[in-house]
Amino acid sequence: MKLGAQPLVAIRGLSVAYHGGNNAALTNIDLDIRPGERLAIIGESGSGKSTLALAIASLLPASAKISGAVEWPALPGPPLGGRDFGFVFQDSSASLDPVMPIGKQIAEVIRTHLRLGWPQAYSRAQDLLARVRLPHPEAVLHAYPHQFSGGQRQRAAIAAAIAAAPRLLIADEATSALDTLVQADIVRLVRRLVAEDGMTLLFVSHDIALASQLADRIAVFRHGEMVELGDAAQVARQPRHAYTRALLAAHISLDTEPLLKRPALGNANA
Amino acid sequence: MSRPRRFASAPEAVAGALILAVLLAMALCAPLLFPGDPQAIAGPALLPPFQDRALPLGTDRLGRDVLAELFHGAQTSLAVGLAAAAASLAIGTVVGTLAGFAGGLVDEMLMRLTDAFQTVPGFLLALAFVSVVGPSLAVVVAAIALSAWTGPARIARAEVLSIRERDYVANARVVGMHPLEIAFREILPNALPPVLALSSIIVAGAILTEAALSFLGLGDPNRVTWGGMIAEGRTVLRSAPFLSIVPGFALVFTVLGVYLAGEGAVETAAIRRGLS
Amino acid sequence: MRKPLLTASGLTKHFRRRHETIAAVDDVSFHIDPCETLALAGPSGSGKSTVARLLLRLIEPDAGTIRFDGEDFLALQGAALRARRKKLQMVFQDPLAAFNPRATVARVLDDPLRIHGIAPRAERPHRIGTLLERVGLSPDLHRRAIHEISGGQRQRVAIARAIASKPSLIVLDEALSALDVSVRGKIIELLLDLQREEKIAYLFISHDLGVVRSIAHRVAILDGGRIAEQGDARQVIDAPQSAIGRALVAAVPALSPIT
Repeated sequence: MKLGAQPLVAIRGLSVAYHGGNNAALTNIDLDIRPGERLAIIGESGSGKSTLALAIASLLPASAKISGAVEWPALPGPPLGGRDFGFVFQDSSASLDPVMPIGKQIAEVIRTHLRLGWPQAYSRAQDLLARVRLPHPEAVLHAYPHQFSGGQRQRAAIAAAIAAAPRLLIADEATSALDTLVQADIVRLVRRLVAEDGMTLLFVSHDIALASQLADRIAVFRHGEMVELGDAAQVARQPRHAYTRALLAAHISLDTEPLLKRPALGNANA
Repeated sequence: MSRPRRFASAPEAVAGALILAVLLAMALCAPLLFPGDPQAIAGPALLPPFQDRALPLGTDRLGRDVLAELFHGAQTSLAVGLAAAAASLAIGTVVGTLAGFAGGLVDEMLMRLTDAFQTVPGFLLALAFVSVVGPSLAVVVAAIALSAWTGPARIARAEVLSIRERDYVANARVVGMHPLEIAFREILPNALPPVLALSSIIVAGAILTEAALSFLGLGDPNRVTWGGMIAEGRTVLRSAPFLSIVPGFALVFTVLGVYLAGEGAVETAAIRRGLS
Repeated sequence: MRKPLLTASGLTKHFRRRHETIAAVDDVSFHIDPCETLALAGPSGSGKSTVARLLLRLIEPDAGTIRFDGEDFLALQGAALRARRKKLQMVFQDPLAAFNPRATVARVLDDPLRIHGIAPRAERPHRIGTLLERVGLSPDLHRRAIHEISGGQRQRVAIARAIASKPSLIVLDEALSALDVSVRGKIIELLLDLQREEKIAYLFISHDLGVVRSIAHRVAILDGGRIAEQGDARQVIDAPQSAIGRALVAAVPALSPIT
C-alpha cells in the first residue's frame, strides 16, 4: 500500500434514505477505499452495510434519496459495473441469470468490456472457471446455475464478477448463505484471486471473525453510522468503541467458555 | 402508505373506480330516477335523442324510454357480472385448494374435471345450459359460472402447491393442526390474491356473455338488458343507429371500468410489495 | 442410567432425482435423554434437516424406527399422531417464513392452546400473556402482526409457541442462524433457562460449531447422510476423530487476523 496515493473510492458525507426519505439507512459516511487493500464492513441488520456496498455500485433503487458523494478519483467518468468493479451478492440467483448458461454469462461480460469476439470470450471464460476451481470447466460453460450447489454457484458468480479484470471486487455477504466448510473454501478462493490480480476487496459481513481473517482494515457500522475504522488486528484485539467490544463479546468461538453449566464429565453417558 | 392512498396513486385505478362508481350510481338510482316499468311506453316510437327534454336519449321501436332502459339495464349487467364472478371464484377456489392440498388421486380427478369443463367453449356451454333450463337471471349467472370457474381453480391450485411447501405450513402440521384447518385457514387466504386478480376479467367476461345471451334472446325476458337493447336496435340499424350504439357504448364503458379498476388493484398490491 | 426420551434406530430416507437415488439419511441411529441437548452438525446436504423432518413426521422414513416417550412413534397416524405432537415441537430457522404472513402474535400462540386443549377459551388470553412474559416479551405484543416485530422478538414468539403445549422435546433447526449476534446470546440464555425450568430436551441443528460446543451436551456429526462421529460435545469438538469433524472445526473462522 503506497502512502499518500489517492484512494480508489472516496466517500464523502454519504447519506442514503429509502422510501423517499422516510427510512435513513446511512448517515454522513466518510470513508476511503485504498487501492489494493482488503476492507471489511461489519454490522448487524439495519447497520447500513449493504446499503453502502450498493451505493458504491450505483445499485440503489430509484426511490432512494442520496446526498453526499461517491467518487472514483482515478477514473475519468462514472464507474462502470463489470469493467471498474465486480459485485457478488449473498444470493447467487441475484448474480447469475437462471435461464442463461453460465459460460455465456461470463463470456458476455468479457465481450462487453474487453471487446473480444465470442470464441476468445468463451476461452477466457473457461480459464476463469478453472481459476475458481470448478471441476470440468468445459462442461460448466454450457450448464445452467440450477444444476450446481450453492457454493459452486457462488464460485461461478465470482468468476463472472472478475471476468473483465475490474479494480474493485465487492462481496456483499457473499458467504452468509453457505455452510462453514464451503465458506472457508470461498474465503480462501477470494483471498487468492485478490492477491493474484492485485484487486481491491470490499467485503461486507455480519461475522467479525470472518472479517478479521480476510481483511486489512475493518469498518464497524451501527444504525447507519460508522462507529469504528482501523487495522483488522487492532479492531479485533483492542477495539476503541463500546459497540465493537459488545460485538466481540457476543461472538461465540471455539475457545469461549461454554454457556451450558454441566456436572463434571464422567457422569454423562456418551 | 395506506391502501386507499396507494390505490389513488395509480391513475388507472382512479379512472376505473370512477367509472364503476358512475355505473353503480346508475344501477342504484334507476328505480328512483325512473320509477315504474322501464318497458312501459313513454312516448312516440323512434324519437331521436336530444329532442325531447323528458326523453333525453329518445325512444325505441315501441316508444320505450332509452335512458330509463339504460339505467335499469345497468342493474342487470352489474348484478350478473358480480354474481357470476363471485360464484366462479368461490367454486374455483374451493376446487383448486382441495386439489392442490390433497394431491394424489383427488388432485387427478379434480383436474380432469377442470379439463373437461375448460375444453368446452364457455359461451356455447352457457348457451346450451340456458336453452335447456330456461332463461332467467339466476340461470344466466349459473351458466356463466359453469365455465368461468376453471381459471380460478387452476390458479388456486398452483398457489396452493407452492404454499404447501412453505415453512409455516410445516409449522402448522408440527403444532398438530387438522389438515382441513390447514387447507382453509392457513393456505387458502394466502392463495387468494392471484385468484382475485382474475376477478376483473371474469366480471367483464360475464357482462359480455350476458349481453350476448340477451342479444340472442336467451336472457331473462322480464328484465331490461343492454344486450336485449342492442338486439332490439338491430332491425332499425340504418334509420336509428343510436338504439344499438348507446347500449353498446355502455357495455364498452363498463368493461373498461372493471378492467381499469382491476389493474389498479394489482398495481396497489405491487406497490405494497415495493415492486414499483 | 436414565431411559432415553427418544431413540432413533436405522433411520433411512432416499430421494429420487431423475435416474439416481440419493440417500439423504442412511442408517442413522441416536438417542436423546430427557432434559439434554443433542446437537446435529454437519455440512449442508449432510442430512441434518432431513433427520429433523423425519423426527417430526413431516416426511416418512424408508426404514428405521423411532421410539418416543416409550411408544412406537412411527406407528401413530391421524388424530393419535396429532395429539402426541403436543410433546414434540419445532422452532424454524427463518422466523418470518415460519408464520402465516397474515398472523398476529395472539393467533400464533392461541393455536397450540386451542388444538391441544391446554386452556379453555376464556382463559387463553391470560395464558398468552403468561407465555409472552416467560420468553421475555411484553404481553402487549399479542395484538401486533408477526411481520411488524423484530427478528429477535419473532424468534421469542416462536419459542413461546413451541413451549405452549409443554413439550418434552423441541427441535431447533438452525434457530439462531438468522439472528444478529447481539440478539443470539439472549436467546441462548432463554433456551437454557427454559431447559432447566421446564425440563425440555433439545435437538439442536446447527452448522456453527462454536455455539454447539457452548450449549450442547452431546453432538452427532453427519456427513453424506451418515453419522461420522458422536459423543460429548466439548470432547468431540476439542479433539475430533473423524475427517469431517476435523474439517468442520478447522473451518470455523477464528478471531485472529492472518496477514
